[in-house]
Amino acid sequence: MPLLAITVLGHDRPGIIAETTGVLAQLGLNIEDSTMTLLRGHFAMMLVTDGASDAGTVEESLAGLTADGSLSVSVREIPTESVSSRGSAYLLSVHGGDRPGIVSAVVAEVAKVSGNITDLTTRLAGDLYVLIAEVDLPGSADVAGLQRALEGVAGELGVGVTLRPLESDDL
Amino acid sequence: MTPQESAGGRVLPVVRAPDPVLSRPGALVDPTATEIVQLAADLVATMRVSPGCVGLAAPQVGISAKVFCVDVSAHPKTRGHHGTFVLCNAEVISATRNEKAREGCMSVPDLTGDVKRASRLVVRGFEPGSGAEVVLEAEAFEARALQHEIDHCDGLLFLDRVAGAHALHARKTYL
Ligand SMILES: [Zn+2]
Repeated sequence: MPLLAITVLGHDRPGIIAETTGVLAQLGLNIEDSTMTLLRGHFAMMLVTDGASDAGTVEESLAGLTADGSLSVSVREIPTESVSSRGSAYLLSVHGGDRPGIVSAVVAEVAKVSGNITDLTTRLAGDLYVLIAEVDLPGSADVAGLQRALEGVAGELGVGVTLRPLESDDL
Repeated sequence: MTPQESAGGRVLPVVRAPDPVLSRPGALVDPTATEIVQLAADLVATMRVSPGCVGLAAPQVGISAKVFCVDVSAHPKTRGHHGTFVLCNAEVISATRNEKAREGCMSVPDLTGDVKRASRLVVRGFEPGSGAEVVLEAEAFEARALQHEIDHCDGLLFLDRVAGAHALHARKTYL
């Protein structure tokens, strides 16, 4: 069986994760990677599972979650990807006054140097817009050039930007 | 500076991000100048009336200058500390033993972030008034507060230092 990508989205309440993972456990599915957060107060979860159930069966088994219309669930088959980190990891931080186009303008500069965003969070808090992205840059990338390009874009948008190596302390 | 010296402090409004003054490196100051002594007192007075506030830097009251105050003495996370003090033109001399912890800021009231900071710190700065050079060794929570305030004086917020894309958190619900 292929891996399954399961998304659960909608109105938050206690117990959604318990119900979802309970069904998955009954079906004998292993949760490989998962992430869950609240987006503007809405429940948002994505999981990748491995096991001997097809997408249709899993979606049917999760029907209890969607019965009252407050949550939507989707299940689809996905191929196995080889997980490989290429190049060096950087952390990109952007913050400033909220305005349209901050995310697209900033990530366009990352894409131009073939940088790959591996994690992204944005938050709007009052007028303050914050973007934090983890970026893998290929060994060939001109990091100083990207820094200048990001500063140029940030200057036009009236926001601040920092790009720094993402260090991990090995203990 | 002593509490007596801060007696003439005025409570100033605290600015919030995205105010550009918070992202501008503060100017070096003359610690003996009258207006800097007044600013030092104002920062302490403003910190005192702000619940839970353990430090305040000049850019947070709209003044782009390298002056801040710190007082972690009443905070439950505190181990050792130096009471209330103000430093001008402070810089980090040495920073070791990184620890990650969740930080907030009066100028970013709705968000918190996990930030890695040195837990052993040596800082050099100058006292307002006398202008005397001070070399201060701090650890743990006081060291974190000092780094946070020195960052403010350099135009940096904890948002520039969070440990990763999942290290930024909403402080309040959206209801
Ligand atoms: Zn602060």
